[in-house]
Amino acid sequence: MDAAPFAAELDAQRRYLLRVAHLQLRDADLAEDVVQETIVAALAAREGFSGRSSVKTWLTGILKHKIVDAIRQKQRQPIIVATFEDETDLDEFDPLFKDNGAWEAPPADWGDPENALSRAEFMGIMDLCLERLPPNTARVFLMREVLELETHEICKELAITANNLWVILYRARMALRQCLEQNWFSEPSRR
Amino acid sequence: MLSCKEVTRLLSQGEDRRLGVVERIKLGLHLRVCIACARYSRQLVFLREAMQRYRA
Repeated sequence: MDAAPFAAELDAQRRYLLRVAHLQLRDADLAEDVVQETIVAALAAREGFSGRSSVKTWLTGILKHKIVDAIRQKQRQPIIVATFEDETDLDEFDPLFKDNGAWEAPPADWGDPENALSRAEFMGIMDLCLERLPPNTARVFLMREVLELETHEICKELAITANNLWVILYRARMALRQCLEQNWFSEPSRR
Repeated sequence: MLSCKEVTRLLSQGEDRRLGVVERIKLGLHLRVCIACARYSRQLVFLREAMQRYRA
């Protein structure tokens, strides 16, 4: 592909890249830096882009490495560990369940949820629900589900135990599920 | 017998690690009789699909 249209294509993905980076890093300046580095790296690697995957997928791959590098840098600050402890308190009262462990409000019937995936408005709701997650929870969840890092990789990067990780991911999934149900699947016409 | 809360925790963990044989048996028994948790299980799978689509 020629340089100019390729650069234009990369630039078109900038907003998406910024959104992912911001959700991960929760630092606007750092996110901006990381995305800039990603685009620069992508331009330099233009010859190596086979065109087999979409540009977006390929860029996400590069972004992943830049984000991990940025997280490694940030990790040298001990503050992060303390905030993780807040979000992994196992004794916390869980309003979603009764004392005996039964559902307080059982999940609703989502009908045929795959229909939602092709709707742009649904992706907007996904954005909304992800933004609502506590910052460290969101960061970890995206490391797992967007960057597709394995348990041991995340634990190593963030210096947390596997149990810490699983509690955080559990909370993220429970919160997201509830948010999607409240903001999308509770509408009968959307199922 | 697993409570629904324990089941939801296990199902979530199943997305990130391999569950043991006993865990899977207990889970299977519960899911066969509990509509709420069976729904949750399907919704978890959907959530992962949705994240893949979000990423793509």
